[in-house]
Amino acid sequence: MSAPTYDLGKLHGGLRLQAHKSDSTSEPIVQIPVPDQLILPITQHAGDPAQPVVGIGERVLKGQLIAEAHGSLGAPVHASSSGKVVAIEPWPVSRRYGDDAPCIVIECDGEDRPIEPVEKHPDFESLPPDALLTWILQGGIVGLGGAVFPTAQKLMQAITCNLEYLILNGVECEPYISCDDMLMREYAHNVLGGAQILLYALDLKTCYVAVESDKPDAIHRLGEVLAELGDERLILKQVPTIYPSGGEDQLVQLVANREVPSGGLPTDVDCLVQNVGTAAAIYDWVLHNESLISRITTVTGDGVARPVNVEVRLGTTVGDVIEHVGGYTGQARQLIIGGPMTGKSVTSDRVPLVKATNCILVLSEPVSLSDEVPCIRCGDCASVCPVQLLPQQLFWYACADDEAKLRSYGLTDCIECGCCDLVCPSHIPLTFDFRMAKARIRELADEKARAERARQRFEARNERLEKEQQERDEELAQQKEDARNAGADAIAEIMQRKQDEDK
Amino acid sequence: MEFVRRDAPFLTPKVDVASMMLQVLAALVPAALAHVWYFGPGFIFNLVVATAFCVGGEVLMTRARGRDPVVALSDFSAIVTAALLAFALPSLTPWWVTATGSLFAIVVVKHLYGGLGFNVFNPAMAGYVVILIAFPLEMNLWVAPRMGDIDYISLSVLQTAKYTLTGSLPDALTFDAISRATPLDAMQSGLRNMRTYAEIRTNPMMGDFGGRGWEWLGNFFAFGGAWLLVKKIIRWQIPTGVLLGLLIPAGVMYIVSPGSNASPGFYLFSGATILCAFFIATDPVSAATSPKGRFVYGCGIGLLIFAIRKWGSYADGVAFAVLIMNMATPAIDYLTRPTIVGHSSRGGGNE
Repeated sequence: MSAPTYDLGKLHGGLRLQAHKSDSTSEPIVQIPVPDQLILPITQHAGDPAQPVVGIGERVLKGQLIAEAHGSLGAPVHASSSGKVVAIEPWPVSRRYGDDAPCIVIECDGEDRPIEPVEKHPDFESLPPDALLTWILQGGIVGLGGAVFPTAQKLMQAITCNLEYLILNGVECEPYISCDDMLMREYAHNVLGGAQILLYALDLKTCYVAVESDKPDAIHRLGEVLAELGDERLILKQVPTIYPSGGEDQLVQLVANREVPSGGLPTDVDCLVQNVGTAAAIYDWVLHNESLISRITTVTGDGVARPVNVEVRLGTTVGDVIEHVGGYTGQARQLIIGGPMTGKSVTSDRVPLVKATNCILVLSEPVSLSDEVPCIRCGDCASVCPVQLLPQQLFWYACADDEAKLRSYGLTDCIECGCCDLVCPSHIPLTFDFRMAKARIRELADEKARAERARQRFEARNERLEKEQQERDEELAQQKEDARNAGADAIAEIMQRKQDEDK
Repeated sequence: MEFVRRDAPFLTPKVDVASMMLQVLAALVPAALAHVWYFGPGFIFNLVVATAFCVGGEVLMTRARGRDPVVALSDFSAIVTAALLAFALPSLTPWWVTATGSLFAIVVVKHLYGGLGFNVFNPAMAGYVVILIAFPLEMNLWVAPRMGDIDYISLSVLQTAKYTLTGSLPDALTFDAISRATPLDAMQSGLRNMRTYAEIRTNPMMGDFGGRGWEWLGNFFAFGGAWLLVKKIIRWQIPTGVLLGLLIPAGVMYIVSPGSNASPGFYLFSGATILCAFFIATDPVSAATSPKGRFVYGCGIGLLIFAIRKWGSYADGVAFAVLIMNMATPAIDYLTRPTIVGHSSRGGGNE
């Protein structure tokens, strides 16, 4: 077994936040029973929507494919339990912008009958790596750290690079969230087993398992399992408890001491990061043929009666989950899907729990702050920015809508971690403003592209019209010329014809 | 059940501008008390006049700009400006002098540039410079600190109030009778008259490092400044920069030619050096903004203070140094931008 180590790279800035994690880790993971109805969005990943392959009224079994991967960035969706498809319709989901998204609605029969036959690969090393990756694609597995990038595609991209390290992300730096902590405590075998599958599939020699120092129980449990496995390739690394050390690029910086280039991927510096939850999901799929139909989610905050981690079928509504663990407290006012720094607030608990849902946070009334005042350039935002941006300057240029300056001050490098908001004495919603500025820049780029296309079309049309006009002119000139040349003869001919007719 | 819709992050900041300003004011209290002890009650009158006109100017200008004066006043920045200006003034200052400085600071320097956060220059220093040039006589009436000396003349509270209101001294006293050269004046003119540093130091007005009494004020400013550092209201870069920028050239010159130069200790404990390092140069609005930029900014101020005291025609130079560096702020900010993570020159890999 390898002991936790401290030979780490340096992370700039960051914040030590009040963790609130022990609220939800005092009892083991609670199993939420299959609800009466499952709502499964066809887009639960970052990429092209999946294509439904079931019809309304069709009976489906637990684990059955109900929407297949479509497009280059696709991930399939499986039925989380057995039952009947009753609708494919828009349903409120948790997204930052826009409200409803198409979902497959299943009325469960309560039998929870799994699909047969089962294809298991306990000796996964007998499969060639690319077959293993194709198999992983079929499991509907996506990055469970929150970004929900389709895992198979991430691995297929990575396999083309000259990789050195696999990094398992068990950092979970955002306050309140403890689902990865509980996963590592209760399913350490699955997590490390998943790491072994990934090492084989990617032909790698080293995997760092990075865990934040505030998870002693998880570190202890992982250590035990590592000792059992005796796998020299797996190395446990303890990282300091500082937000946002669990960001992908930040973790690479910390664990491998390498800087991911702007706009690039960790694979550019020979690293691949996978969330511990994703590794466990890969293990469950490859060894036990359990597709991604459930996940562990933290239900917490001062708005819920019993903060706890739950294992729940995807498609269960947030309301159903909370009801099962004791409901809301009287002071519940904000419902947040995800953590308190990067999550998304929703107005209704009818939204379904999806692959990305690592936390359901219910909070009381937001603290009323004094009004936003002008920036006094205190620079605290710059000192906490993990990307070393100057948020105060960016804010200035965002107000001025100065696209060139925004670009040169690195707006697109902003990871929207929210650290600057929390230290701003002027209470400026910096992260929100940057999100808006990014959207405007994207819009502007789209608009430019559209204008360019329109210009090209317009010019092409003008050219075509001009060419046609020219051709017509030439034709006309030719006819005139012909007529002129033919002149005398033609008249004679016409006169002749007239005389003939008269006769 | 319906929930409130908000945007991430959902945690809220625990700091605000008003409490920062109040802490700056609190950190000035020890120095204010010391000022009153050494130089009499004039400071309090100056503070009252400055506060009244700064607040008045703030109300006037926010009204004129169609904003809510209550919001503007509740950040306490106008009062901080008033306090800093009051510390810069001689303890005996007629009210119209203080009023001119206060109004110029708030109306012209702060609000005509767009109000809090947008002023290019430090309002208190700009206001001070205006009255320093406009009222040279009044601005040079410094009394001696109360050190138990025989020739020490102090004005009573009433006499001080009368002078503040009317600008006239008690009948028995003339301007020359109570006015004393400041240690900085004495040092500058002494050195220029070819007297040596050691000779000038024999003057009974000189204390351990700076002038007797005067140098003690520095300790109280340093005490308040240390508290602000601990509270993280200010960061170490600017104070360190100011002190190093001043003390390194002063030290070098003193080592090279100890007769014709004041010691670094004298530079440190004279005039407004420490007030500037912790309270004036650290005004975030008119200072550079990145950590590296702030250090450069501080060094520039220190260096300019040294240059003005050594070669300039003003004895102190803190206000001019700060205003000149205010002008350099945009350039410093531009040149000291930190390298954004992912943009390092080694193409990303930094093994």
